[in-house]
Amino acid sequence: MKAIKFFKVILPIFIILIVCFTSPNAKATEECFERVSRSIFKFNMAFDRTVLRPIAKGYNKLPDPVKNGTSNFTSNIATLLSIPNSLLQGNIKQVGHSTGSFLVNTTVGIFGVLNPAEKIGLKPLKEDVGQTLGAYGVGPGCYLVLPILGPSTARDSFGLIADTFVDPFAHITIRDHELFGVSGNEIDYFSVKGATAVDFRADNDQNFESLEKNSLDLYSSLKSVYLQDRENKIKNSIEDQDEWGSLDN
Amino acid sequence: MKKICIFSFSLLLFSYSSLLAYSTVPKDFVNELVSEAISKLADKNLNKDQKSAFIENVALEYVDINALGLYTLGELRKSSSEDDISNYQNAFEKYFLKSLTSRLTDYSSSKFEVLGYDKKSANYTIVNSIVTPSDGGPKIKIDWRIYTKNSDRPLIRDLIVEGLSLARTQKEEFSSILNSNNNNIKILINKLNEFVKN
Repeated sequence: MKAIKFFKVILPIFIILIVCFTSPNAKATEECFERVSRSIFKFNMAFDRTVLRPIAKGYNKLPDPVKNGTSNFTSNIATLLSIPNSLLQGNIKQVGHSTGSFLVNTTVGIFGVLNPAEKIGLKPLKEDVGQTLGAYGVGPGCYLVLPILGPSTARDSFGLIADTFVDPFAHITIRDHELFGVSGNEIDYFSVKGATAVDFRADNDQNFESLEKNSLDLYSSLKSVYLQDRENKIKNSIEDQDEWGSLDN
Repeated sequence: MKKICIFSFSLLLFSYSSLLAYSTVPKDFVNELVSEAISKLADKNLNKDQKSAFIENVALEYVDINALGLYTLGELRKSSSEDDISNYQNAFEKYFLKSLTSRLTDYSSSKFEVLGYDKKSANYTIVNSIVTPSDGGPKIKIDWRIYTKNSDRPLIRDLIVEGLSLARTQKEEFSSILNSNNNNIKILINKLNEFVKN
């Protein structure tokens, strides 16, 4: 229950303070408060070593159908957040993909455990409020690290709170509303978020280990990876940016 | 003793001829190089040292380590002395090779496929590929930035894995180290040397 209070009350206050006290013109490469972020990063790494990584290692030993089912289930619920955000971005094609995928997977795919939508060509992209703001031209603001949640920027931190107002799943769980006769509770919400985190961590276990082993400054490596990933997600493409122009030796 | 010499020489000749065998067309170059690397790294008859030696040979021959080193140094490459740059490049090469072999020697078999290419300019071609892990994991998109200024000798300058540029990540990591150390290149060189020693 203390964990839920942390995510529901303390973290949003922390994020609001950051957003209020940071310059909107700051570039993502600039730090909001590097020393604090590095301290939080150390805490997150300790949390990862003692809690998340052991769970992820155990999760990776589960049979493939269990892992795939969990991954499909959490992805299907995440699609709910993509629908309003694709709509806000004016990407009607993606609204169709996300809505179609959610309907097909929730029904034919047995509450999202299976992913028949992929087989019929529905490919929903994951969208959130941070990405929607980015698509509107809002810059990332400065970079920071959030407790437990990890790398973020001022814009994406604000987006995290806004997500809970836009996401239908958050609406029926942590906001105690009902939608089409369906409702849930906080435990449902945080269980799904927890499972998503474990699934992501388990999926990237080798990548994390390799990055940790080969980095001179892991904090900066993860910062770079996070910022590149967010740029790609906002552009909905992974087009390479040519920064090599002056090195035509 | 004679047998050992002949064997060593044959091995050297084989490695050398195999290193020269790749096409100079960027798309085919990547396909041939990676296909051979996959078969070597997945070969259970080769031990870790042999795999490391193979990776190092390929990297020295086909990765533009000098340019990569300069790129990752950022703007500092323009203001540093020749001696510092030379020391940095020595340290960077050792760091790069150690880091690369550490990432690849535990490699498990995957299916590799070149999907296409995009000729960006006379100097650069981006080759698009996809890797399908044999353990059933998700497919991974990898784009290869190939430097083609010398069309007879294409060189790899960057790998963009699922949109994440390894060169850019490295550059930003080094930039952070330099920023927190008054842009002192010697501190970066020391850190690279420490990494290699450990």
